[in-house]
Amino acid sequence: MIRLMIVKREPLPGWARIVIPIAAIVVTLILSAIPILAAGGALWKSYYFLFYGALGTRFNLLETFVKASPLIFTGLAVALAFRAKFWNIGAEGQLLAGALVATWIGIYGTWIPSFLLLPMVIAAGFFAGGFWASIPALFKTKLKVDDVVSTLLLNYVMVHIMGALLFGPLQQPGSSWPRSSEILQAAKYPLLLPRSRFHIGFLMGLAAVFLIWFLNTKTVFGYRSKAVGANIRSAHFGGINTTVVTLQTAVLSGGLAGLAGVGELCALQYRLIMDISPGYGYSGIVIAMLGNLHPVGVLLSALFFSVIIVGAQTMSRMTGVPTYIAEVIQGMALMVMLVFLLLTEYRIRVLRVRPRMRAGGSRN
Amino acid sequence: MSDDVPRPVAEMRSIEKRFLDVIANQQIDFRIYRGEICALLGENGAGKTTLMNILFGYYTADSGEIFIKGEEVNLSSPRDAISRGIGMIHQHFTLVPAQTVLENVIIATESRKGFFLDLKSSKERLLELQKRFGLHVDPEARVWTLSVGEQQKVEILKALYRGVDILIMDEPTAVLAPAEIEELFQTLRILVGEDRSVVFISHKLKEVMAISDRIVVLRGGRVVAERKKEQTNTRELVNFMVGRDLLERIERKKVPPGEPVLEIENLTVLHDKGLEALKGLNLVVREGEIVGLAGVSGNGQRELSEVLFGLRVPLEGNLKVSGEPLPWGDPLSAIRLGLARIPEDRIETGLMTDLSVEENLILERHGSEAFQTRGILNFRQIHQFSDRLIEGYRILTSSRDAAVKSLSGGNLQKVILARELDGRPKLVIAAQPTRGLDVGAMEYIHRRLLEEKARRAGVLMISEDLDEIFALSDRIIVLYEGRIMGEVPLEEAGREQIGLWMTGMHK
Repeated sequence: MIRLMIVKREPLPGWARIVIPIAAIVVTLILSAIPILAAGGALWKSYYFLFYGALGTRFNLLETFVKASPLIFTGLAVALAFRAKFWNIGAEGQLLAGALVATWIGIYGTWIPSFLLLPMVIAAGFFAGGFWASIPALFKTKLKVDDVVSTLLLNYVMVHIMGALLFGPLQQPGSSWPRSSEILQAAKYPLLLPRSRFHIGFLMGLAAVFLIWFLNTKTVFGYRSKAVGANIRSAHFGGINTTVVTLQTAVLSGGLAGLAGVGELCALQYRLIMDISPGYGYSGIVIAMLGNLHPVGVLLSALFFSVIIVGAQTMSRMTGVPTYIAEVIQGMALMVMLVFLLLTEYRIRVLRVRPRMRAGGSRN
Repeated sequence: MSDDVPRPVAEMRSIEKRFLDVIANQQIDFRIYRGEICALLGENGAGKTTLMNILFGYYTADSGEIFIKGEEVNLSSPRDAISRGIGMIHQHFTLVPAQTVLENVIIATESRKGFFLDLKSSKERLLELQKRFGLHVDPEARVWTLSVGEQQKVEILKALYRGVDILIMDEPTAVLAPAEIEELFQTLRILVGEDRSVVFISHKLKEVMAISDRIVVLRGGRVVAERKKEQTNTRELVNFMVGRDLLERIERKKVPPGEPVLEIENLTVLHDKGLEALKGLNLVVREGEIVGLAGVSGNGQRELSEVLFGLRVPLEGNLKVSGEPLPWGDPLSAIRLGLARIPEDRIETGLMTDLSVEENLILERHGSEAFQTRGILNFRQIHQFSDRLIEGYRILTSSRDAAVKSLSGGNLQKVILARELDGRPKLVIAAQPTRGLDVGAMEYIHRRLLEEKARRAGVLMISEDLDEIFALSDRIIVLYEGRIMGEVPLEEAGREQIGLWMTGMHK
């Protein structure tokens, strides 16, 4: 008889942190062959169009960057929160909160000087997302309410608030659809390159990656939030106000998710619609895990995700493999990464168990 | 086989067990006979629970043999042990709070009628067991509504339901009120009257003498004595338990004690289960003295240290550090008042094991002016600081960036020591400062504590290790059930007397 045991292993050297996500992506792509073949796609042709569709032309490449922008923000939001063990599954709701308040100001902010309007919209979106995340953080720190559940459920609350407003006061006059009027011209993100949708959101994402890296590694806040995540009891023992740190982390996390919503609104849709996010908040969780909660890792895995999402469109057109394959690959990437992360902490030991003699006689 | 030499129902031979750098069991031989209550006596850390966890299949011994009913066995999980009639009730119960008593008892042994649970016949059997052993608990009550004593009854019923022949109980009286203890003893007597066996793990002499037939004493992972109850007395057992071999005396300077640095007045504290852990405690520690607070764990030591660390809010009392009031439940104030705090839970309370040595060293300091400017950490200063401490306290680590979890037990403790002692504290609270450490680390830590005293800090050392108490203290105080059982200067302290006080007895 053979028994498998999972045992702790010695800590891995630093290079493993870089190699593991890359290895995870490679393994994911290899495993993706199974569903692609099952869907009747020709393997090499499918992979070719997957990458060609995402990177092959100037327009496709810029689309990939456009797609990556909200994913960078939600990925950073989740990574920052998870690092402090604030289990923020609510980036989706915080994204919507950000988009909602940004819409309000973007439409009705006619009294704001036009050069100030966009910064105001961005700030409002940030704080709206932060506010929405502060609710579960308060519940967690004051009432010990489980944050996984509360952040998740607040997503649905926000969806319904948004629905109520889009059928009510925010609805475009004369429209029967749940959508708002268009935001003011001065509230829109500047486009950076002609013949594309490439906008400043991607650059803001890069700036956010740098800022969060700086915050995490160089500041008192970053140290405290890491300490709270590593062992909240020891952090408290060491004089850190863990309630304040958790709240600060939550607000910043929600704010980043809110900025994802602002970007989708002000750069792509120009008006609030129910489908403003196809689940970027949830993708953020996978991206944060795949990026090992490191800002640069988040950037890379957000780019990987957008390659898959954008490339799957072309692949589908050229080979007939359905675009759902993108979601299958994303899900697989998460599973593979989780297994790889497990293997960084533990190794699998194979035990030979010698067969035991049956006890003679009976027991009463 | 002749009848006058009874064969043991279970036997352990030459058992050895090590954890990282702690040796828990060394060459232990242990036997259990049919129809007896055998007490396993010893101080905390003597290896009692480890030994029984090996018999219960919870740990695997590094070497040694186990025989049950004459047959050599290989117990690789509690399930193996249970199937051979061994049951163990740990100090922390393993019940499902949201389920009923009946559901808890039949868990994993449900009798079925087709697809459905046959609760009716199970309940009949449970009621029969309750009657037979005097263990009365409502089978339909949810476990979370029960008192700790009742929960223990459920644990015993669970073991009986599974047909236990050898019942191991780990410190069963620690959570019980006096009347409940008597009830438990009656149940145990009925059990052995039916030819089953009980192993009673305890450090309470009075109870051991009251209930057991045979007593095995462990110290430092070895069996030091085995006696029939009639052949021994409490005095002899105390000596076996605490031992006579003193640590080699470290050279100590006598410093005349000065002003009080810690004043505790009328301190009453509740423990997690809501009972009083400390009952109106009064205590003073002066400059330049080490006060050794001796006692078996679970008598209020943990709660006292937690109050002083700022982790637990007392019910009432007065706390002063160098004359200034110590705010309740606020670690930051404790740090600012110049307290060095060495917690007994190094890993749970003292350290962040996934973080680096440096990140752990700066925990209490990272917000100071030297280490940050407007929220940005000043790494040049921080690196200098941590390198200085790593060298000064001889912390063995590959670098200041190595994760603390890669360090050995002694070096973990040195990280805490370095962090706490560096600011020349006025008062040092050291809870079990050398528990589980090897001799080298232990000696180093003792020397450091004596140095703190020599520069006129006050030291309150909470320890279960009598050798340590005698080696370092100027004054010894024994804590028993939340009260001071006795206090004596070192010169007048007798080991035997301290040992008796620790078990709640006066001379």
